[in-house]
Amino acid sequence: MTRRTRTWLLLMPAGTWFLVMLLLPLTVVLVFSFGERAPAGGVVPAFTFEQYANLPARWTAFKNTLTLAPVGTLAALLIAYPLAYFLAVKVDPKWKTILLVLVIVPFWTSILIRSYAWIFLLGGRGLPALLDWIGIEGVRLINTPFAVLVGIIYGYLPLMVFPIFVSLDRLDKRLLEAASDLGATRWNTFRQITLPLSIPGIATGCMLVFILLMGEFLIPALLGGGKVFFVGNALVDLFLQSRNWAYGSAVAVTLVIVMLITVTIYMRLINRLGASREDVSIM
Amino acid sequence: MRMYATCVYLFLYIPIGVIALFSFNAGRHASQLQGFSTKWYGKALGNPFVMDALQTSLLVAFTSALLASLFGTMAALALQGVRGPVRTVFDMLIYVAVMIPGIVIGIATLIGLVTLFDQLNPMLAALWPEGAQAPRLSMGLGSLIAAHTMFLMALVIIIVRARLAGMDRALTEASSDLYATPFGTFRQVTLPMIFPAVLAGFLLSFTFSFDDFIIAFFVAGSETTLPIYVFSSIRRGVTPEINAIGTMVLGVSLILLVAAQVLLRRGERKPK
Repeated sequence: MTRRTRTWLLLMPAGTWFLVMLLLPLTVVLVFSFGERAPAGGVVPAFTFEQYANLPARWTAFKNTLTLAPVGTLAALLIAYPLAYFLAVKVDPKWKTILLVLVIVPFWTSILIRSYAWIFLLGGRGLPALLDWIGIEGVRLINTPFAVLVGIIYGYLPLMVFPIFVSLDRLDKRLLEAASDLGATRWNTFRQITLPLSIPGIATGCMLVFILLMGEFLIPALLGGGKVFFVGNALVDLFLQSRNWAYGSAVAVTLVIVMLITVTIYMRLINRLGASREDVSIM
Repeated sequence: MRMYATCVYLFLYIPIGVIALFSFNAGRHASQLQGFSTKWYGKALGNPFVMDALQTSLLVAFTSALLASLFGTMAALALQGVRGPVRTVFDMLIYVAVMIPGIVIGIATLIGLVTLFDQLNPMLAALWPEGAQAPRLSMGLGSLIAAHTMFLMALVIIIVRARLAGMDRALTEASSDLYATPFGTFRQVTLPMIFPAVLAGFLLSFTFSFDDFIIAFFVAGSETTLPIYVFSSIRRGVTPEINAIGTMVLGVSLILLVAAQVLLRRGERKPK
């Protein structure tokens, strides 16, 4: 058996699988998004932009996603950064690994159960009951944008901490010593050395969290109670309840396009920021 | 700083702890702790719907993790020696599989397969011998396993590739210089070195499939996996039984994760 045949044989199963289970389905979505809704629930082949013209009907879902996804990402970043800094710079190396693993482990466990935990905590018999007891009455937490935000931060915090930790851990600690030897204040050291050098980690973390949030369904479904509606929830509704495949496909395609555009703009920005920072640090 | 870190860890673990605590609560409600009891576990494990869903979840997770580890490892090995367009295409496929939101993968698989089956079923019926009932393709266990395998394959390829990249090429070259057949080199040099990564990939895939809700929600047809069962019971209201199921699910993932972590670390240390 030649090397070439061997390579092809090894690649065959994975290639076929990707073809049938990834490329074919995605193509069908794209084709259907230009189709027309059939009365029975399927799609009549056509080439029309009607579905896309109808997108404003689901504007609220896009608006919610495009506000809560960036806000959630930012909130996760603000909470994650100090922790990542603590783990990378301050912690005794002996404890570093175990503490890091403790941050990541929740991410690999069921997001469904973890979001459920917050229904339990934020629901009428959880935190509000506790607040009631200490005298703050009538607080409603569950089924609010706040609950969804808490769920988002809780769900994706580990994913934010990890890349920032990696970039801070790689940072040459002698740079920090040099800065303080040269009389820089702690704030200046952070602003001029630590922060710029951790930008790659921040960028990766934000991108990972943002991408996952764009397609989020579970957290708003469980903690938003149908009041805080994401594109993901609109998609479930369109495909599983109203069975409007053509329109649903157009929404799905739009979601992916919006995601790609935001990520591209974001990466451009980060690159420019990274470059300008570098100039400053050279001076 | 230390205070802050403690607070974040509390934030991460209190919700999980509360679920576990209340799963052992004798009372029905969160507001009242009424003594230790394992009755909710008994109730969950005695519920035929839960056991059915658990069985489906385990079957799907095991099969798709196995297929993904096998095909993913094969592809990772082959891609090592490939350059040019084939490499680019595979890199792109892996990227797309990982980047596209799970919900879009779920939708695409649903309408893609339903459309495909609508084309194939009449053909099958025509090809089938007269009188015998032709099989009808529909959404169910098969489509769920296939969808999970696709996604997990991308994951396994990434993990095994990282391991292969860290491997000393001199070893395989030495082996072939010493007249080992390609298969001999694979069995005696490459496989032992990548095996921990493959096994870790299998365990991670298993947890991923076992915990997946969104893809299964679209492609499982009439089958119910454990996350689907839990989701629909949450919709009907919070019960201590869900706390017990949740605690068990978290427990299983934790055990598998620790095992995967240990394997990946052992794999990293050995060659040095």
